Amino acid sequence: MVEKKKSGYWLTHLGLILGVLFIFFPVWLTFVASTVTQDAIIYPPLPMLPGTEFFENYANALFRGSPEGYGAKVPVIKMMMNSAIMAIGITVGKIIISLLSAFAFVYFRFPFRNLCFWLIFITLMLPVEVRIVPTYEVVANLNLLNSYTGLIFPLIASATATFLFRQFFMTIPDEMVEAARMDGCSPMRFFFDILVPISKTNIAALFVILFIFGWNQYLWPLLMTTDPDMRTIVMAIDSMIPTGDDYAHWPTVMATAMLAMVPPVIVVISMQKFFVKGLLESDK
Amino acid sequence: MEKRVFFKGWWLPALLVAPQLMISFVFFFYPSGQAIWNSLFLPDPFGLKTEFVGLDNFRFLLSDPYYLASFKTTIIFSTAVSVSSMALGLYLAALADRLIKGAGVYQTLLIWPYAIAPAIAGVLWLFMFNGNIGLASYYLKALGYEWNHTLKGDQAMFLVILASSWGRISYNFLFFLAGLQAIPKSIIEAAAIDGASFWKRFGTIVIPLLSPITFFLLVVNIVYAFFDTFGVIHTITSGGPEQSTTILVYKVFSDGFVSQDLGSSAAQSVILLVLVGILTVIQFKYIERKVHY
Repeated sequence: MVEKKKSGYWLTHLGLILGVLFIFFPVWLTFVASTVTQDAIIYPPLPMLPGTEFFENYANALFRGSPEGYGAKVPVIKMMMNSAIMAIGITVGKIIISLLSAFAFVYFRFPFRNLCFWLIFITLMLPVEVRIVPTYEVVANLNLLNSYTGLIFPLIASATATFLFRQFFMTIPDEMVEAARMDGCSPMRFFFDILVPISKTNIAALFVILFIFGWNQYLWPLLMTTDPDMRTIVMAIDSMIPTGDDYAHWPTVMATAMLAMVPPVIVVISMQKFFVKGLLESDK
Repeated sequence: MEKRVFFKGWWLPALLVAPQLMISFVFFFYPSGQAIWNSLFLPDPFGLKTEFVGLDNFRFLLSDPYYLASFKTTIIFSTAVSVSSMALGLYLAALADRLIKGAGVYQTLLIWPYAIAPAIAGVLWLFMFNGNIGLASYYLKALGYEWNHTLKGDQAMFLVILASSWGRISYNFLFFLAGLQAIPKSIIEAAAIDGASFWKRFGTIVIPLLSPITFFLLVVNIVYAFFDTFGVIHTITSGGPEQSTTILVYKVFSDGFVSQDLGSSAAQSVILLVLVGILTVIQFKYIERKVHY
């Protein structure tokens, strides 16, 4: 800080605290709503402090779904399992295929190399939302609706990770390969014993970004899954809020919303260093 | 730049790129090609046969008042989301950058909403503004302001912008903070010694030095507002009332899946494809200048 005025210092903190409160407030309300009874919510205003129904509401949501007469009956724990499988499948799948292809692009010369690179590179351009109808038809024709394969594979087709690994491999000194080749190291040995270990931080950074990307998918699972047992938590929450005059069981809905936020938030906070690195690098 | 040293052989690299190429073909090129192909046909109402209509789907779209309205909605929506979340992100980053100690703590407290899915953010804000039980609408009513975003288009628009920007602040904050911390303190100090006030320094030194990152964020945020906000719109308004919050990507979904108007939906996909293509090229022009090997 250039100036050392006391008032400016406190105003800086005040401004930041207001920002933090604005960010926290909706989540706090959600938490409060997940710990009170239905009556406390449907007769507003909602209290500002948590109630006593924490265990009741979360146990209800996790193991029973909404209580009698309120729609969705799938236990949230099942949806969380589906979300976890989808998120980890996307993350691991994308990292593996990108490591392999980036390795090929950087360390080999082969026919049509440039063409292959551009074919993969072009997939950066198109989010799944744009080609949603034909992709749905492809997956339906392959009989992959309501399957984990169908949830995971269409979302792996993107080049962000390949691009990032390629950029990183380019910065590795040529002497590494030279030395490895002189010692008679085979390409795959070089890949597993040298390249993958020195890419550890990049892999961790991508892991955080891709896990969040996977966990938070909405439109794709919404179209793909007609079987309630295959729903993911992020897409299923919408079906717990009825349109029209029906009442949602709000404490359960809000407990579900909390449960949908907790895993990715824990990943971001516990791997903050990698997250910041991944975010700042992968989007460029 | 290319590597000078590399391994020999062609079947191993072919094997290595095969998985990614295969997935790209099945789930990317083939569906994208289908979208372009379908955009040239018009299925009859019973789905029994399709008729080649050339560019008629596009001609029809570009003269369809609903589609043009959706275009306008998208522009208003994405501008509002990008500008408001970037302004708040920059504001908080500028404050955090002033601190010698504690910037890290605020960073932790501010970045975690990045992990919240847009659809969940939509549910949180929907709960606050729900006409019967929401806290915000309750107090607005007490102040004499009637809140009903299920009937009033401008209120619905405000709510989806609010919910979409809220989750996006952390992203912009992080990039702006990184940008600010990269500015050498000596430049700022020199200006301060010459008597430039905080605002003078901010306007003449900081803003110009941040312009590349601001430009990058603008593109990325527009792409976010175009596509990733689908969850917000779907949970809060479902595009309503009277299509007042139907952005382009929502229209592709509702025409393609809800009304089953496949020719029009495919043509819309192609138009979006072109738009994202332009945005991506702009973004890469920026990277070309920035990345040094």
